Amino acid sequence: MIHSLFLVNSSGDIFLEKHWKSVVSRSVCDYFFEAQERASEPENVPPVIPTPHHYLISVLRHRIYFVAVIQSEVPPLFVIEFLHRVVDTFQDYFGVCTEAAIKDNVVVVYELLEEMLDNGFPLATESNILKELIKPPTILRTVVNTITGSTNVGEQLPTGQLSVVPWRRTGVKYTNNEAYFDVVEEIDAIIDKSGSTITAEIQGVIDACVKLSGMPDLTLSFMNPRLLDDVSFHPCVRFKRWEAERILSFIPPDGNFRLLSYHVSSQNLVAIPVYVKHNITFREGSSQGRFELTLGPKQTMGKAVESVLVSSQLPRGVLNVNLNPSQGTYTFDPVTKLLSWDVGKINPQKLPSLKGSMSLQAGASKPDENPTINIQFKIQQMAISGLKVNRLDMYGEKYKPFKGIKYMTKAGKFQVRT
Amino acid sequence: MSTNNLSYNEQGGGAEPAVELGQESTPTASGSTAAAGLFSTDFKKNEDLKEMLESNKESLKLEAMKRIVGLIAKGKNASELFPAVVKNVASKNIELKKLVYVYLVRYAEEQQDLALLSISTFQRALKDPNQLIRASALRVLSSIRVPIIVPIMMLAIKEAATDLSPYVRKTAAHAIQKLYSLDPEQKEHLIEVIDKLLKDKSTLVAGSVVMAFEEVCPDRIDLIHKNYRKLCNLLVDVEEWGQVVIITMLTRYARTQFLSPWREDALFDENSEKAFYDSDVEKEKADSKPYMMDPDHRLLLRNTKPLLQSRNTAVVMAVAQLYWHLAPKQEVSIVTKSLVRLLRSHREVQYIVLQNIATMSIQRKGMFEPFLKSFYVRSTDATHIKTLKLEILTNLATEANISTILREFQTYVKSQDKQFAATTIQAIGRCATNISEITDTCLNGLVLLLSNRDETVVAECVVVIKKLLQTQPSQHSDIIKHMAKLLDNITVPMARASILWLIGEYCERVPKIAPDVLRKVAKSFTSEEDIVKLQTLNLAAKLYLTNSKQTKLLTQYILNLGKYDQNYDIRDRTRFLRQLIVPNEKSGALSKYAKRILLASKPAPVLESAFKDRDRFQLGTLSHTLNAKASGYLELSDWPTVAPDQSVRNVEVKEWAPSLGKPKATKSDDKFYSDSGEEEEQEEEASESGSSGSSSSSSEEESSSGSGGRTSCRLCCLLSPVFVPPKSHELLHRMSGKGLAVSYHFPRQPCAYSHRMVSVQLTLTNGRDQPLEDICVGEAGPPGIAIHRFATIERLQPEASITVSMGIDFNDSTQAANFQLCTKTDQFSVSIQPAVGELLMPVTMTEQDFLKEQGQLTGMNESSVTITIAPDSMSSQPVGRKVVSVANMGVVPSSQNSIHRFAAKTVSSGSLVLSSVVLQEASTAKLVVNTEKTVLGSVLLRELKTALSQG
Repeated sequence: MIHSLFLVNSSGDIFLEKHWKSVVSRSVCDYFFEAQERASEPENVPPVIPTPHHYLISVLRHRIYFVAVIQSEVPPLFVIEFLHRVVDTFQDYFGVCTEAAIKDNVVVVYELLEEMLDNGFPLATESNILKELIKPPTILRTVVNTITGSTNVGEQLPTGQLSVVPWRRTGVKYTNNEAYFDVVEEIDAIIDKSGSTITAEIQGVIDACVKLSGMPDLTLSFMNPRLLDDVSFHPCVRFKRWEAERILSFIPPDGNFRLLSYHVSSQNLVAIPVYVKHNITFREGSSQGRFELTLGPKQTMGKAVESVLVSSQLPRGVLNVNLNPSQGTYTFDPVTKLLSWDVGKINPQKLPSLKGSMSLQAGASKPDENPTINIQFKIQQMAISGLKVNRLDMYGEKYKPFKGIKYMTKAGKFQVRT
Repeated sequence: MSTNNLSYNEQGGGAEPAVELGQESTPTASGSTAAAGLFSTDFKKNEDLKEMLESNKESLKLEAMKRIVGLIAKGKNASELFPAVVKNVASKNIELKKLVYVYLVRYAEEQQDLALLSISTFQRALKDPNQLIRASALRVLSSIRVPIIVPIMMLAIKEAATDLSPYVRKTAAHAIQKLYSLDPEQKEHLIEVIDKLLKDKSTLVAGSVVMAFEEVCPDRIDLIHKNYRKLCNLLVDVEEWGQVVIITMLTRYARTQFLSPWREDALFDENSEKAFYDSDVEKEKADSKPYMMDPDHRLLLRNTKPLLQSRNTAVVMAVAQLYWHLAPKQEVSIVTKSLVRLLRSHREVQYIVLQNIATMSIQRKGMFEPFLKSFYVRSTDATHIKTLKLEILTNLATEANISTILREFQTYVKSQDKQFAATTIQAIGRCATNISEITDTCLNGLVLLLSNRDETVVAECVVVIKKLLQTQPSQHSDIIKHMAKLLDNITVPMARASILWLIGEYCERVPKIAPDVLRKVAKSFTSEEDIVKLQTLNLAAKLYLTNSKQTKLLTQYILNLGKYDQNYDIRDRTRFLRQLIVPNEKSGALSKYAKRILLASKPAPVLESAFKDRDRFQLGTLSHTLNAKASGYLELSDWPTVAPDQSVRNVEVKEWAPSLGKPKATKSDDKFYSDSGEEEEQEEEASESGSSGSSSSSSEEESSSGSGGRTSCRLCCLLSPVFVPPKSHELLHRMSGKGLAVSYHFPRQPCAYSHRMVSVQLTLTNGRDQPLEDICVGEAGPPGIAIHRFATIERLQPEASITVSMGIDFNDSTQAANFQLCTKTDQFSVSIQPAVGELLMPVTMTEQDFLKEQGQLTGMNESSVTITIAPDSMSSQPVGRKVVSVANMGVVPSSQNSIHRFAAKTVSSGSLVLSSVVLQEASTAKLVVNTEKTVLGSVLLRELKTALSQG
């Protein structure tokens, strides 16, 4: 399946290569570089590139291209999903997935890649299993290892690998038994010029951080499970139980994991928590344009809208802007023409606004389209769909765990067309 | 192709001399040549690495190996260290060992002779008690691509395929592919191993062996038959990657083995599709048709459906393509939601999913129409994503939604991304040709766009307008005039050519303008692009034929220019046209038809999707993405016209019959993953580490005795004249159930849902005069008792009754299982109180075994009583009958007439329950029950006593 893997940084250098079958010359990446040159933006490089003898399938994460070399037919999603899993694992191990982190930990990276694929076919991709095979590097462990000569590599086959609960390691022990669940919802929306909603959807995830000893069996139920229209589960969730009772029943992996992602049924009207008043005008013949933007809260159920960040890709003709924010700071990059305004918290009494003028290239014609405004925000302690966890129970272990559930709403791809 | 190949080899070869040089200089060490100087830094470093590797200190060696791995990762050559590295292959330090493995696998192919030194170490490791070491030894051994060791590899694979550890067997499955790629001549032997591993019941092995199957012998479909049902049933428990491979393989399999479920549906075309989109009426109709879906076909569809909820996008896509290629048309739409969900994932995932949706949406608009808005383009999308979304929106356009789509398109046309705007215009053109109602609106909109400042947009408009006008040229001379004016400003060749063609084609409608246009282009002819020149020639020829008075000279001039053009196409065209249109003595009969040739009415172009014929490839494959056959692509065959033999999938031990259902096979039905599978595997592991002797073999004994027991049970139930009629108990009375009456009995069959459950059959009768709807099991308790619910009964007609089965794990206690029966309107709390005898499963054993087991279950575990037996029970048959009627036990053959022995196991925990009746003088008998479950034992004793003492 996967023949080789090349990691390419943003300046086009191959800084790591790994082969699972016979060695493929790195010159195969030339085809990739060609495609990269042709693409105007890094994101525009096609994920699948055919070459005379191989196929290149790549993903771009953290400004690193992970280029897999394939020799014969394989579902492309299989490779893409695996590559993303590799990135997730690196992130899990090193905290960040950057070129520097990978170069610093090249041995661990190699050991990981060796375990994750055998002859190009995924072998162990569960983080719990990998961590038993290869311990993540920590400063303490490095020190201890140099003194005692012990290693980072496990000698026994992780028990998870053989069981039907491969995601959980055995013999987990904590003094404080805790289980935290974060319900995070994202609103994807397109708002048109006049402020009406063209499309709005809510996608949510439940991320868990479970630190429980032994083999706990958890059930989590919702007050209003009907809201969940389409769901995908971590493999630990018992599907039949969900089908029959709408209860999440699972033996959790140890540590952080995504329990569930869901889509809220589209019949429900989506409450849009912010509104934008805008007035962006370019006049024909004049080298000045007006820019006015005001944000306000709407349907937030009394919760504050925080960490608001507005960004917009201004037309190419804009040379510079001279704006005056009522709060927060703004930056404008004259090269990429990206305007971003860090608003912070919206105060309903005093609505934040950004007003001023744009100077345009002299003689250039008026841009046809006003820029699209992208908004990011967070609302704590609220799930915008109204989803509520009813109860969380634990079976199978005797101790009393500490349980916590947190709600949050965020903007996903939230765009306002002007 | 060949040039690429060359450059490849050159580059590959380029590295080799460097290596050789490096090696040469190593022994001499005093390499004073320029080349040695070049590599001296590298070479010095390697020298100290060598020293480190040869030192005695483990930590130094490890440090050296880490640096070497760093070199490998950077793609630097470290092959000259091979001899020093290979010595450490037998190191005790596991990390060092692993790094040496990494090195070996990388360089063994280049240094075959030296690599052979390491082989014996692996052969030894293959016998190691630690399964991880065995597995990794096999992994490395099979990854060393040295042809000499093929026989050793073959032997190792064969051995590992029968290893106790499923992990090692999985590694063996991987090794099969490696060996096959090294030496394809081993195919036949490898197929034997694959066949063996396909029979493996471990979920760990399933994915890997199917992968090997796909690689080595994808055409040996016959190997799958017997394993088909097992694979279907194991599927949910297999790891994600294996699922993808198995699903893809089963899709191919199903297309060769089952009849098409679409035959009847072939009548329905696009238009009626909306009608059967989630309409029950249609489904019923389909059901009533003579086509009967093979139960195995249904099994596959049913067992893959839950996987649509997987977090792994590749699994979801695999299931989606399976439904697309195998499911009856009306069922395909269940995959829609999941596919749309994937659009939230990473950019690369979106790209692939959108491509597949594009292909699907051409044939089945209805599937994605409700999700139209999910395909709206965002300004932050990557260009290829935008293009695909446009494609899908265009495919989904119907008369009903076209106005929404067009409004959306209007926003896109104004996009700053001009390439995208141009693509949108093409899309508008396609919508306009497909939906005739809006052609005019679109045309007007496009004409307005002609005044756009951006040239790419205008050019695209011209091209699209040209195509649209061709479909209905009659009333549009205004537009043609407008476009003629544009010719002065537009520079994009394609657009200029399009305008010229249009004017030429419809020159009779614009008789005044056409010659003028020709005059203008004649002036600029030499500086035009080839494509424009060709169209100029065309225009000239057409005008010459229709309006020779005004254009004769111009045409001559242009033909003369064309005659001496640099491009041979243009010279050819010029010569051809001159002969055709200018009559002279040499010209043949053809010039008579010049007008008919040049001014023939041309069929309007059909604007088609680029995804039109992508469905010739299996969805989700690389070939589909590339729209070209990738190497190793396996064609999806057409449905067979005659149903192949269904019985080939029957397994000797009839796994599928519910009465004999093997616990392993059916377990997965019950939960998303089965907790109990774990135990067995752990048992295996334990036996390996040698801690608990022969526990795995005892588990095998257990299962064999279990199945034997079932056979005996069947014998006593079916063959014995004293058939035990099922005793029915009332669960819910008609009065308290508001018309719903429910009774239950224990069918004494192994439960299909889990081997720890007792199967219970409920008979529900509707005593009301209205139908009851949505009958299901609601909340259940107490906590220790697990219940497998029956599927919701959607509708129960008045006076009708239905029997459903459920499984209850009573946990070997006689505690009642309480649950709620819910109908659409009411809820009734009910409880099932199990008779102790129903918590058992009959087993059989020899008399000796019985006595041995009984000897171990004495003291606390034994309870006995002396009873008075009804006189008619003194012979053997009635005793057996009575015992069996009370408790589900198996008869153990007895050598003495006066002693009757019975054996069973508790359903939930599998503890042995033994009972014996020793008939004594004067109608008395001694009744003994031995079991670890003392409570259960005493209750059983009491019940047996009552049964036996009654007449």
